[in-house]
This record gives sequence, C-alpha cells and structure tokens, in this order.
Amino acid sequence: MTAPHPETWLTPMPAGLYCAPGDFFIDPLRPVPRAIITHAHSDHARPGHEAVLASPPTLALMRARLGEGAGRSQQPLAWGERLTVGDVALWLQPAGHVLGSAQVAIEYRGSRAVISGDYKRQPDITCDPFTPIPCDVFVTEATFALPVFRHPPAAGEIAKLLASVKLFPERTHVIGCYSLGKTQRLIALLRQAGWDEPIYMHGALAPMCEIYEAHGIPLGELRPATVAAKKDLVGRIVLAPPSAIADRWARRLAEPVVCMASGWMRVRQRAKQGGVELPLVISDHADWHELNRTIDEVGAPEVWVTHGSEDALIHEIAKRGIRGRPLRLIGYGEEDGS
Amino acid sequence: MIAFATLLERLLFTQGRNDKIRLLRQFFETQPDPDRGLALAAIAGELHFATAKAGLIRDLANSRTDPTLFALSYDFVGDLAETVALIWPDSQTNAPPPTLPEVVEALNLTPKTRLPDLVAGWLDATDAATRLALLKLITGGLRVGATGRLARIALAEFSQGRAAPDDIEEVWHSLAPPYLPLFAWLEGHAEKPDPATAPVFRPPMLAHPLEPDDIANLTPTLLRAEWKWDGIRVQLVSTPGGRRLYSRGAEDISAAFPELLEGVDFEAVLDGELLVIRDGTVAPFADLQQRLNRKTVGPKLMAEHPVAIRLYDILFDGAEDLRPLPFDSRRARLEDWFARTSPARMDLSALIPFATIEDLAEIRAGAREAAIEGLMLKDAASPYLPGRPKGKWWKWKRAPLTLDAVLLYAQRGHGKRSGSYSDYTFGLWRGDELVPVGKAYFGFTDAELAWLDRWIRNHTTARFGPVREVEKSLVLEVAFDGAQRSTRHKSGVALRFPRISRLRTDKPAAEADRLETLEKLIPG
Ligand SMILES: [Zn+2]
Ligand SMILES: [Zn+2]
Repeated sequence: MTAPHPETWLTPMPAGLYCAPGDFFIDPLRPVPRAIITHAHSDHARPGHEAVLASPPTLALMRARLGEGAGRSQQPLAWGERLTVGDVALWLQPAGHVLGSAQVAIEYRGSRAVISGDYKRQPDITCDPFTPIPCDVFVTEATFALPVFRHPPAAGEIAKLLASVKLFPERTHVIGCYSLGKTQRLIALLRQAGWDEPIYMHGALAPMCEIYEAHGIPLGELRPATVAAKKDLVGRIVLAPPSAIADRWARRLAEPVVCMASGWMRVRQRAKQGGVELPLVISDHADWHELNRTIDEVGAPEVWVTHGSEDALIHEIAKRGIRGRPLRLIGYGEEDGS
Repeated sequence: MIAFATLLERLLFTQGRNDKIRLLRQFFETQPDPDRGLALAAIAGELHFATAKAGLIRDLANSRTDPTLFALSYDFVGDLAETVALIWPDSQTNAPPPTLPEVVEALNLTPKTRLPDLVAGWLDATDAATRLALLKLITGGLRVGATGRLARIALAEFSQGRAAPDDIEEVWHSLAPPYLPLFAWLEGHAEKPDPATAPVFRPPMLAHPLEPDDIANLTPTLLRAEWKWDGIRVQLVSTPGGRRLYSRGAEDISAAFPELLEGVDFEAVLDGELLVIRDGTVAPFADLQQRLNRKTVGPKLMAEHPVAIRLYDILFDGAEDLRPLPFDSRRARLEDWFARTSPARMDLSALIPFATIEDLAEIRAGAREAAIEGLMLKDAASPYLPGRPKGKWWKWKRAPLTLDAVLLYAQRGHGKRSGSYSDYTFGLWRGDELVPVGKAYFGFTDAELAWLDRWIRNHTTARFGPVREVEKSLVLEVAFDGAQRSTRHKSGVALRFPRISRLRTDKPAAEADRLETLEKLIPG
C-alpha cells in the first residue's frame, strides 16, 4: 500500500492551509473552529479562532497581543510531543524565527508534511534553533527567496551600529524594529557585543519584552523612551516600531540617526526610500542560501511555497529535481517587518 | 577602493547637505594622493572610460548567474549595477581588493576584449558594497546625491579658508584628475593654479522664481524683462587657450555642438540659451532633445536640427572682465560686441518694453509660443554675480496647463522608488477609448503615494513584467508646461514636463478630458 500524497489531505483554501483528516487549519487568515498557529506574528496568529493549538510561548505572546481574541480554548504543545488529532499525528519543532515559533509536522497514513511557518538559520539566543525534519512535502516561506538576499552575520551589523554611535556621540540612534522578535534579538545582540547601557524603548515594544524575560531571556536594563527628556537620549540607543520613526514621536529625539533592522536593508534603494540613514541587515527570515540549504536538508521531493518570491525559489529547486508548488496564500508577510 | 566604496555608501544614505560636505571633507583629509583626486573626479562626473559599458556588466552577470534568477532579481532591485553587486557569488579568492588608482589605470589601458576577465577578477575579490562602487564607477552613474558643485564646496572647507567655492570653480576646468596642483594649493603647499588663458567655465548667475509676495516690491523702471526661452542655458567660452561650450552645470558639451564653435574667431565669454531655431522660429524643446546627451553628431542631425545661441549676457569681452558692470552697461557692451562681430548662429535675446508690472503680467499671460517658458526679470543695476543672489534676477514662469486624465498603467520605479509603483501612464478619451498621452513620475506626499500604491495593487487587471495595467477608473490631474505634435506617441501629442498635481478621486473616469481638448493647446 502506498502512502497518500499530502496533496490529497492538505489543501490551500481561501482561509489558509487546511488538513481534512485532522479537521484543522494552520495559521488561518480568518476565524476558524480549529487552528494550529506556528508563531505569534500578526499575519500568522489572527484573532477569533475557537480552539488554538501552539507552543506555550506562542500562546503567551498571543494572549498579550490579542487578549480575548487569542482563542476560546488554548492547547499548549511542548517541543516534540506527539499528539493525535482526528486521523493524523502531529508535533511541533522549533523554527528559529521568534520566541515560540514552531514548525508543524503532520503524519497521515505513512506520509509526512512539515509546515515551517517563518524560519531562519542564523544563530539567535532569543529562541530555540530550527531543526530540520525529513519529510515528503516541505511547506516553506520565500520572503527573501532571491539570490540578491544574503544576510551577513548579525554581529557585524551591530558593530556597524556601535561604530556609528561612537562617531556621532551628540546624536540619538533610533532603530526601527518590529515589536515581536526583532526588538528582543537586537537587544540580545547589543548585550552580546558589550553594550551595557540602558536601552530606551517606545511604549509599544515593552509588553513583548516582558514575556521574553519571563521565558528566561535576560534583556538588561530597559527604559521607556516616551518619558525621557531629549538630553537624556543623547548618545543612547532607542528602539521603536518602524511606524513611529517617521512620525512626530521621533521629534523628541536629539538629531536622530534613523536606523532600520530588516533583511530588506540589503537593497540600498529600498533602504533609502524609507529615509534610513543607517541600514542594518538583520532579519528573522532565512536568506537565499538558508532557504536552499534547508530544502536540501529536509530532503523533501516536493516543496510548497506559501508567500514571497516563489518564482525564483521554484525555478532554483527545479534544477535539483525538486518539484515546487506555489500556494499563493494572500495575507502573509505583511506585518512582521522581515 | 574600500574607502571610496564606504564614502559612496555613506553619501547615499546621508540626507543633510552639510553632513555630505562633512563626509567629503573628511575623505579629502584622510585619503592620500592620487586616490582622493580620483574619487573627486568620479563624484564630479569627470571620469570616463571609453571601453567599459553597461552591456559588459550585463554579460558578466549572465556568465556567472542564472538568467531567470537574474531577471527576477533585477526586477526587484531596479538597478543593474546594484543587482550585479548583490547577486555576484561570494568567492573564496585571497586576492586583495584593487585600489582606486589601480582600477582607474586598468580601465584606461586595458583593451576591450580583456575587460570582462579583469572586472570579474575585481568582483571576486571584493564585498557587495565595493562591488557596487566598482560597477557604478565603470558605468559612470554614481548617483549618490553629491554633485561637482557640492564637492567644490567641500574642497573649500577642506582648504580652511584658503579658497572659496567660486575660486575653485574658476580654475576647475583648467585642471585634470587627479588634481594634484589643486590639492597642493588647498593645503597651502603651492600657489593657486593659474588657468592663464585656458577656456574655463565661469559660475553663472541664476534667477529665483518670482513669488507672489515679490511683486509688490518690484520697481518697473529699475527692471529689465526678457523672454525665458525653453532650451538649455549655456556658456560659450573662447580664449587664446581654446573654445568650449559648457552647460549651466559646468559640463563640457562642445562635442555635441561642433557647428557652434567652428566659426568662432573672437575672444569672449557669453551667456545664452541653446535653441533649435528654424527660419527664425524657435522649435519646441523636443527638437533640441534630439541633440542632447550625444558624444558626437552627424551632418544629417545638424541639418535637421539646426542650433543657435540666443545671447543673454556677456561676461568677458577679450580679456576684459565685464562681470562687475551693471546689467545695463553689460547689455550695451553685448549689443556693441554683437554689431561689431556679427557672429554666426547667434542672435540677441530681445528686451521686452513695458511700463508697469500689470503690463508684464499681461505679456506673460499672452505668450503662446511653445518655446517660451515665461519671463526673466533682471535688476538693471546688478553686476553679474555667481550663484543665485537674492533680489537680482527672477524667473516668472507661465502658469502650468492642466488636464484630467485616467490612469492606465503603473510601473515600479527604478532606482530610488523601486519599492513602489511610481511611474504612471495616463490617457485621455478619443471616442470611447482611452489613448495614452503621457507618463509622469511621483509627485505626491508619501501618504498619497502609499494610497496610490495600494490602489494600484488592488485594481490590477494584468501584469507585464514590472508593469501593471489597472482598472480604468482613477482620474489624475496632470499639470504640464506645453504640448506639441509627436509621431512617437500613439495619441500624436507629447506633453512637456508632465507631472501629477492631484488625485481626483472625486471624479468619475467618464468625465476625464478628451484628446481634442489637448490638441487645441498645440501651438501653430
Ligand atoms: Zn513571522
Ligand atoms: Zn510571516
């Protein structure tokens, strides 16, 4: 007896990827009865589902972000713990994207699909590292799936930032970063690089930091930038959501050097367009080489692409005899700052 | 090369003009000769390599990368050199990166057939930022928001008071990269280089736009008025050391207009407007455009697009510097010189008689000739001052014309605007079809741009590479300075300086303007 192709039991629907024999969606885009959530970014963890299954940190982050909307019932699942749902068996394994981010492995009658959610392969002390799971179908993102995207080691980008802080001691360096994941990783990287000063933050970033600390990730001294006087921020590093930087909020800062931490910063014109003076190529997503390496490591003969530059990735893996299928799911990749 | 690449990257991202000057100055202070002079030449657009072209870079990219992946990447990045710099494989070579003087020398001496290997070797030995600097240098488009003028201001600061920017401007064209005598002078090791009789560029006098508030302060009897012609402002320099035609930006454009210099047997420095003139009538700017940005020009083009200079001013008569004289005296000298010399392919810009400012307003409004942009008003007593002195010269442009057009296609901008849809093709009604009449670029606030970008994404009906066809329902108010017949456009009309002045979300597409309305605006 041959195992059924995952195509027969895992289907892209307008609401997201649906597993019929288990009767649940993964990262659904609209409210559904049963949802498995890979991670707490707003494009993946949407409000209003009935039952939600996710890793314990993802559930904690969802509760903080969505309150009542985080799911009527919540079921935590620890790394590697197998669970039977309907006719399928499933488990979660780290995706290395942000705290709690998971890949979902699903088995049905001898075939296995892995939905990776968003992931990265660079080291990151603020979350558990990605571990490849051999499978028949690998469902991947493709945010940075163009060969121009190669993320340099993050430590080098942090060194660039600290050199600029030294060069412009009379100015305030303000870094645009998404509240969940990027912020905490930046803080951790700064601490690793020996920056022991207090780090100032826009109010929107604080709640997520508290949850990271509660999960045993020390971030050092954090202070609210909102109440600090202009002169106290001279020579300091301030973190804020990208939207606040362009806003009147940033006027409180002393001659701000506008920095942005994102994989998009690799393309200069992109960086320049946002009025960025110091682009930092630091991303929560896999770059071109990491995507290709990961696909080779999981050994799947077939790869489904959820969102991003699917054309390039599918073209590239076809050269290695791997079948690529675009899922064209609309709605991902819009809110996590990449 | 690494220091140069770092400078370019920092200039690109630095917003403030003074910060850019600071970066340049610091670079001149810390880099040795001849590196700093070569970098200066590159930034000022004075380095040209005859054999290296964009085509070479494209071929190299194709030899090292997958063409499909390259095309997809180029579509995203929007800039050829940057795409190649980013996509180029990181190789394991231990070769040191080349220095700027090595690169410049090799580009000048290497035969064309050997260039691809040479450039590939450099790209293998450098990181992405240095690769980009190299490729930009080779293709001659640094575009880091620093001009020759800005560099000369930075040089003036670097000289710590030994020279003003205009002092440097005056000797600039008698010098060549890597500018060793210039740096020696600015550092106080040598005298000011003597341009002697070299045909150097003199910084031109420029006008301010006339603001409504200025009008009340004008005294008609102390003003002189001329037409503002829609050509390009030029400076013709003829000295015993040579003859040159310069653009307003100090670019030597002599080679593109050989007929203007060939008959020159006088010694003078003249300021005027370069125009295509047929039988005494100034042709629209599009005619002149055929002659611009050329390294050489053939007899056919010269015959079909005959150029002339309409003279505004005289800066030197022989060796005599007339710039300190008031306008009226210079004008008298210009007329006298013109009568005496009867130069070929030149005429005088006429002074427009008027008594009151109201007269002028009427004259301005009545100007229908396509090649007239408006009026120039000049203080009768002012000397010829470099730059844009306040309260001396004003340009009073004709009010722009506007049309309501329908958005047809949007294209992702290349370069600066590569992330969003910023090139817009719009059309007017002819019968019940919409015919494209022009293309305009971004002219919005960021919020409007974001709104429009989203509208385009949500109303796309077809995609052709980077171009999206959209639902024919959004009306744009398009402002432009004039219209002329064109065989290159399906509509038969070309707009001059079209820009989008307003989003007319209030207006249904059926009420947009008709092509006939535009045709009525074509002169002649
Ligand atoms: Zn994410
Ligand atoms: Zn995502």
